[in-house]
Amino acid sequence: MARMKFLCDADRCIECNACVTACKNEHDVPWGINRRRVVTINDGKPGERSVSMACMHCTDAPCAAVCPVNCFYTTADAVVLHSKDLCIGCGYCFYACPFGAPQYPRVGNFGSRGKMDKCTYCAGGPDADLTTAEYTKYGSNRLAEGKLPLCAEMCSTKALLAGDGAIIAEIYKERVTRRGYGSGAWGWKTAYQETIAL
Amino acid sequence: MKTAILALRALAFAMALVVVGYTAPVFAQQAPNPTAQSVNEQQLLDALRVGGVVGGRITIPDQHAATLIQPHGKDWRDFHQTTLWTIGGVSILGMLGLLVVFFLVRGRIRIEAGFSGRTVTRFGGVERFVHWLTAGCFIILALSGLNLTFGKALVAPLLGEGAFAFLAGWGKVAHNYLAFPFMIGTALMLVIWVKDNIPGKLDLEWLKVGGGLLKKGQHPPAPRFNAGQKGIFWIVIIGGVAMSFSGWHLLFPFEYGNTVADQQFWVTVHAVVAMVFIAVMLAHAYIGSVGMEGAYDAMGSGEVDENWAREHHSLWLAQEKKRAGLVPPQAVPAE
Repeated sequence: MARMKFLCDADRCIECNACVTACKNEHDVPWGINRRRVVTINDGKPGERSVSMACMHCTDAPCAAVCPVNCFYTTADAVVLHSKDLCIGCGYCFYACPFGAPQYPRVGNFGSRGKMDKCTYCAGGPDADLTTAEYTKYGSNRLAEGKLPLCAEMCSTKALLAGDGAIIAEIYKERVTRRGYGSGAWGWKTAYQETIAL
Repeated sequence: MKTAILALRALAFAMALVVVGYTAPVFAQQAPNPTAQSVNEQQLLDALRVGGVVGGRITIPDQHAATLIQPHGKDWRDFHQTTLWTIGGVSILGMLGLLVVFFLVRGRIRIEAGFSGRTVTRFGGVERFVHWLTAGCFIILALSGLNLTFGKALVAPLLGEGAFAFLAGWGKVAHNYLAFPFMIGTALMLVIWVKDNIPGKLDLEWLKVGGGLLKKGQHPPAPRFNAGQKGIFWIVIIGGVAMSFSGWHLLFPFEYGNTVADQQFWVTVHAVVAMVFIAVMLAHAYIGSVGMEGAYDAMGSGEVDENWAREHHSLWLAQEKKRAGLVPPQAVPAE
């Protein structure tokens, strides 16, 4: 099986936020939650770069390690998913996640959190594939339909790549060789303990 | 002639074109590298101070999302999965071990003179209510809290993941709501008992003989609360305030300008204080029930046996008798 990864080519990203919008629309993501976002670093300064970031589906995922109810699991495609039936909304995964991926709808009094929501790599959740139950909790399951995540498909400059880690790394390397520059695979070292040698 | 000049010019122009055409790719290859001055992830990560994050500007309303990478999540993971297990295991299992050893060596501390049959009021209704309000909340808070750290290893295999998640979910709700009566109880305990818990000279003498706990027949004089009980009182107050203050930041996440690093800090404080607090309370519960004959009555019915009071709180008993207008049977405190 493939080892699915995301890669944002920051030299191509133009901060159009199409990935953010596509994701929200595809999965009917509730108000206040953004499974994907675009962060602009050194905004307005020379060398500014924008990076589209969501759950990176880490190797040895920190969220899964700290979860008190073991609601996370890793699929055969190395996608990190979670069960909203088990999640208790404690917030620990947000503390451990390096990328700020887990988010919680605000429910009830005080700061009480609802079931955690995060990027599913368009792969749904533990419920049966392509069912209403799965869609309501996790959004659509494009992987089950043989498609890749919509954020990357919608990317206007093809900055955001999604797919097998080895293949997207090869595409990125080729780009860097051709154009002669590349600011690196953002988050890869943190998420996968490896980066792309350029 | 004119034609020749024109032809030369044309040739020169064509040559110039060739030259330009030739140098153009060279120019492209030497173009300024846009990455040379671009922000670099590794440089940003290297430049971070403790608790720092790599972040920028974001156009969605949720400003927490402007953080791109927070590498110290890894440190918190290590704390939660390793350090906290060690702290909790050593303090709680260590205390249980000590109590078992103490019980085996010293046995139950008996009322040496036996039950007299006469009782004296030690804690009134309000005092007992405040104690059990706080204690009841504490027990549920402690169990639901420990469950978040140790439950997945110790309880989940017994219940199965679905039932365990259900239990942990209700545990979280209980934890959030019972926090408030616990805070009120702690505050009330401070108000009603602080006057009897000011450390004094007698406490040093009590501590010097180990409270007479280790040796039979040794009963250092003590007022209403002895040094050990005063210690418990101040641990409860300081621990309770620490738990309440850190817990407040967890009940209202990201309020008061808290960042994810602040949240990690408060949950760390909350967890470490909790482990030590629970260990100390185990000792308190032991000596107030199994460990000492007649002690439970103080918080049970509120009426303690006179002989128990004489042995453990001689000065207090004398004072109570005096207030009731009774001459104590023995003018000299038992020792």
